[in-house]
Amino acid sequence: MASAESSVERASDSDLPRQSWWTRTRTSRTAYTYLFPALIVMAIITFYPIVYQFWMSLTDFGPSSINPNVANYKAPEYVGFQNYRLILQDKLATVDADLNSFRFWRTLGFNIWWTFSNVVFHVSLGIVIAVLLNVEGLWFKKIYRAIYILPMVLPQLVIATIWRNMFDAKEGAVNLFLKIFLGPAFPEAGIDWLQRVEPVAFGLPLSYFAMLIANIWLGWPFMTIVATGALQSIPKELYEAASIDGATGWNKFWTITLPLLRPAMVPATILGIIQTFNLFHVIYFISGGGPLGQTEILVTQAYKLINGNSLFGIGAAFSVFIFIILGCISAITARISRVAESYDG
Amino acid sequence: MANSSIAQPTSRKGLFARGRGAGRQLEWWQQLLLQVFCLVVAVSVLFPIMWIVTLSFKEAGSPRSSKLEIIPSSISLSSYQAVIDQPLSKTAGDISFWKLMGNSFFLAAGVSFFSVMIGVAAAYAFSRLNFVGRKFLFLSIGFILLMPGIATLAPLFAMLAKIRTSLEVLRIIYFVLAGLIVAGLALMTVSRIRSDDFRAGSIAVVFGGLAVAGLLLWGGLGIDIPKNAKPFDLGRSLYGVGLAMISGALPFAIWNLKGYLDTIPKELEEAAIIDGASPNQIFFRIILPLATPALAVTAFLGFMAGWTEFALTARFINKAENYTLAIALQTMTGQYTTVSWSNFAAMSIMISLPVSIVYLALQKYIVGGLTLGGVKG
Repeated sequence: MASAESSVERASDSDLPRQSWWTRTRTSRTAYTYLFPALIVMAIITFYPIVYQFWMSLTDFGPSSINPNVANYKAPEYVGFQNYRLILQDKLATVDADLNSFRFWRTLGFNIWWTFSNVVFHVSLGIVIAVLLNVEGLWFKKIYRAIYILPMVLPQLVIATIWRNMFDAKEGAVNLFLKIFLGPAFPEAGIDWLQRVEPVAFGLPLSYFAMLIANIWLGWPFMTIVATGALQSIPKELYEAASIDGATGWNKFWTITLPLLRPAMVPATILGIIQTFNLFHVIYFISGGGPLGQTEILVTQAYKLINGNSLFGIGAAFSVFIFIILGCISAITARISRVAESYDG
Repeated sequence: MANSSIAQPTSRKGLFARGRGAGRQLEWWQQLLLQVFCLVVAVSVLFPIMWIVTLSFKEAGSPRSSKLEIIPSSISLSSYQAVIDQPLSKTAGDISFWKLMGNSFFLAAGVSFFSVMIGVAAAYAFSRLNFVGRKFLFLSIGFILLMPGIATLAPLFAMLAKIRTSLEVLRIIYFVLAGLIVAGLALMTVSRIRSDDFRAGSIAVVFGGLAVAGLLLWGGLGIDIPKNAKPFDLGRSLYGVGLAMISGALPFAIWNLKGYLDTIPKELEEAAIIDGASPNQIFFRIILPLATPALAVTAFLGFMAGWTEFALTARFINKAENYTLAIALQTMTGQYTTVSWSNFAAMSIMISLPVSIVYLALQKYIVGGLTLGGVKG
């Protein structure tokens, strides 16, 4: 801090005249000159909207409260915490009949389970493939690496729409593939991946599993790349020493590879958790939250409130919930990563 | 990496082999098992891509096949032609493919250019200068990054949609930008004169900056507002979408660039400080040139996010003339019953190709940066 610095200077050179305010704040002034444009812009379109959002969430801001110049303009009215109450009690259907499949706690629970199940697959598959691809003497490594990066390279939006197409109930690629693979066991009418309402396993609809497949496809390459980077920085001597001590390959994987991968994998996993938690494109374009809102996650639900139903007040209250929940998640993950760091010594 | 990594019963044999050092040969059956595994993974990765490529090479409007084809049997570019001729169905709106692409490009390039330009200055302050409130500001930027863009969609839309007086708004923006540049130049001049560092280079920068500011003023004055024109609707224009996107893209750029700048060794600057360089000189002569690849990567990541941005665009834009590629792609998936799959496939490929090729070229730099701090995609 500039002030601390200058006070130290003053203490040591006490015979010098006290520096002027202009000189003392010099570093801070330079810094704020550099920050100025970014701070102005962010104050207006990043920080102010967050404050505005809190105000909106306490009003009945609706589609006709946007533009004051039209005839049916209705000024937003203060309603206290009514929006929050409606959300927590799943009573949004009283505002808009479209929303009768809205279930806040189900959506939150599904969102957490969705994140957890995806990240487990991403990280474990990512590590396994990275380790196998790193085996010395494997042929065509470069070709495999070039292929494996493809899911990261394509835009997420396009990937999501492609998988939506592949899970089509009639001529989708997945059904055509299963038809060949299963032969006569394949149901005559095809598998309706995305619309089938009845849950198939663990109380989750088929569309969840379809999206899980799509998102595993999408997510593991990133973990593999991070793990490969970390693997290549593990010194070979460690393995040689372990072999001399009689460790098997399996032992070495658990006692050398995994612990040394952790410093790289923990931040990547946290990144993965937050990205998957907010994975809008995959859910919105593949299942659209359906059937009957069973696979809705928080962001898609918020988006539907704001875009589909134009319920800005309720959408703002819902977004405040997202803020709180994400705040909690990031606090937990920050704590986990700190524990992991201290464990690494 | 010595054989360590695979778990197999004969690791004892591997023990002997390891002594010979690198270039080790795998047993044939190990090689075979690994190759089978890698091939299965590769096929699963390629399967959706080949499916869509095959679809796109079919004749435009050809019926769906009930056989699985993932290798194109014949190559026809008529689907691409059909999409370029008419990307949207008649009912969805009349807009040419090139206009769609232009809109997407304008949005993506504008957002990424703007956020990188002002982001790099802020990142330099965060990375190298010590000032009051540094930690607090940086943490609040980090917190913003955790939030999905959609979580501030409601207030952004409500705010921006209110601004619809006239094209006057655009003019104000031009004037504000010019004012910012002039203010920045004045600050720079004052600090340089105070540190006795006002030389030819500074004069050139001042004149260059004044020229840009003059251009902006001239551009602002030149905006032609016809009488009885429809009011300019910021919340319904690409400018509005761009502003809303910058709200997320700018914190991302600052965070990402700060991570890169932190990796530039401090020794270079220390040498420059001993020679009497000011923070400005360090920024323009040392940091900026060294950070060029980082700027390119951050700009590209911003571009990629903007190129396929859907959620904000779909909320803000209500006129077909402002549609972007992402919206067009969505209308094609929305009507699977009427739109030909081969057109959809051709569209997906045309959206992906430009960004994917650049991504592959920059891949080495991007991957390093992703782990530094990209939460918002």
